[in-house]
Amino acid sequence: MKLFRFSSPAIFYPLAGKMIPWFAALAAATILVGLFWAFFETPDRLGGTNPQKEYYRIIFIHVPAAWLSMWIYLVVAAYCAIGLAFNTRLSFMMANAAAPTGAIFTFLALWTGAFWGRTSWGTWWDWDPRLTSELILLFLYIGYIALHSAIDDQRRADRASALLAIVGLVMIPIIFWSINCPDPNECAALHQRSDMSNMEPNILSSMLIVTFGFWMYSFVAIFMRLRGIILSREADTTWVKELVAKEQGQ
Amino acid sequence: MSELLSQGGYGFYVWSSYAMGLILLVLELAQLRRQRRIILARLGRLMRIQAGRGSR
Repeated sequence: MKLFRFSSPAIFYPLAGKMIPWFAALAAATILVGLFWAFFETPDRLGGTNPQKEYYRIIFIHVPAAWLSMWIYLVVAAYCAIGLAFNTRLSFMMANAAAPTGAIFTFLALWTGAFWGRTSWGTWWDWDPRLTSELILLFLYIGYIALHSAIDDQRRADRASALLAIVGLVMIPIIFWSINCPDPNECAALHQRSDMSNMEPNILSSMLIVTFGFWMYSFVAIFMRLRGIILSREADTTWVKELVAKEQGQ
Repeated sequence: MSELLSQGGYGFYVWSSYAMGLILLVLELAQLRRQRRIILARLGRLMRIQAGRGSR
């Protein structure tokens, strides 16, 4: 049962605390390198079937945020499923800790998309399939968080909100494959099929580096939130009492 | 430098996107730090109350 050792909040709490500074350093370094590359080593204009000027540089925050918004939802739903299947407390805490960060990335993807849409499509918002489904993803995150906090009994809250998160999984493939524009010549004002092998290598590299940086950042935020949740929910245990006494210098 | 800021005249759109990203990440981290202090203070208070009851 070695594997289950880390599913104990008492073991994971200090481990997460030790990992936070490393993830933070990695996140800061990769985001800075990625953005430097993105602004100084990439072409000012995009040619091809969908020409774009400098505003395309929103891509270096828009795509990483959108990817993380979907990835973190998968993480939330996976931990909810594990929690329901094995009844492990830490899994639900992990799902709880991840959801707000996922919601933040979802909002960021929508916000940056609006500014990009204003320049390249001429509108802040369009009921394009991908925009609409990403907006529903934001509502799912908010619904999950709200449902959990609306139920006083923690175990009931865990199970009810886990079910919502798992049902909401259906949105992820919809967002991912929601492209209704097979030919970019016909509909430049929609999300098109993206083909990474056709991207300019500097654009692709810097975008992937920023994505990695955001991913590392998500560990920082999620572990910080998780540690708070562990303290609150394990408040009756001896180890939390000892830890609080030590932190407060008593 | 001004070339970097203007982004070919699209600086407002580009930098509004990045500014929101920076604001959200900084606010999230600040909120998490604050929350940790609040939780520790609350648990400390709770423990002192329980300890007070025990000694009586």
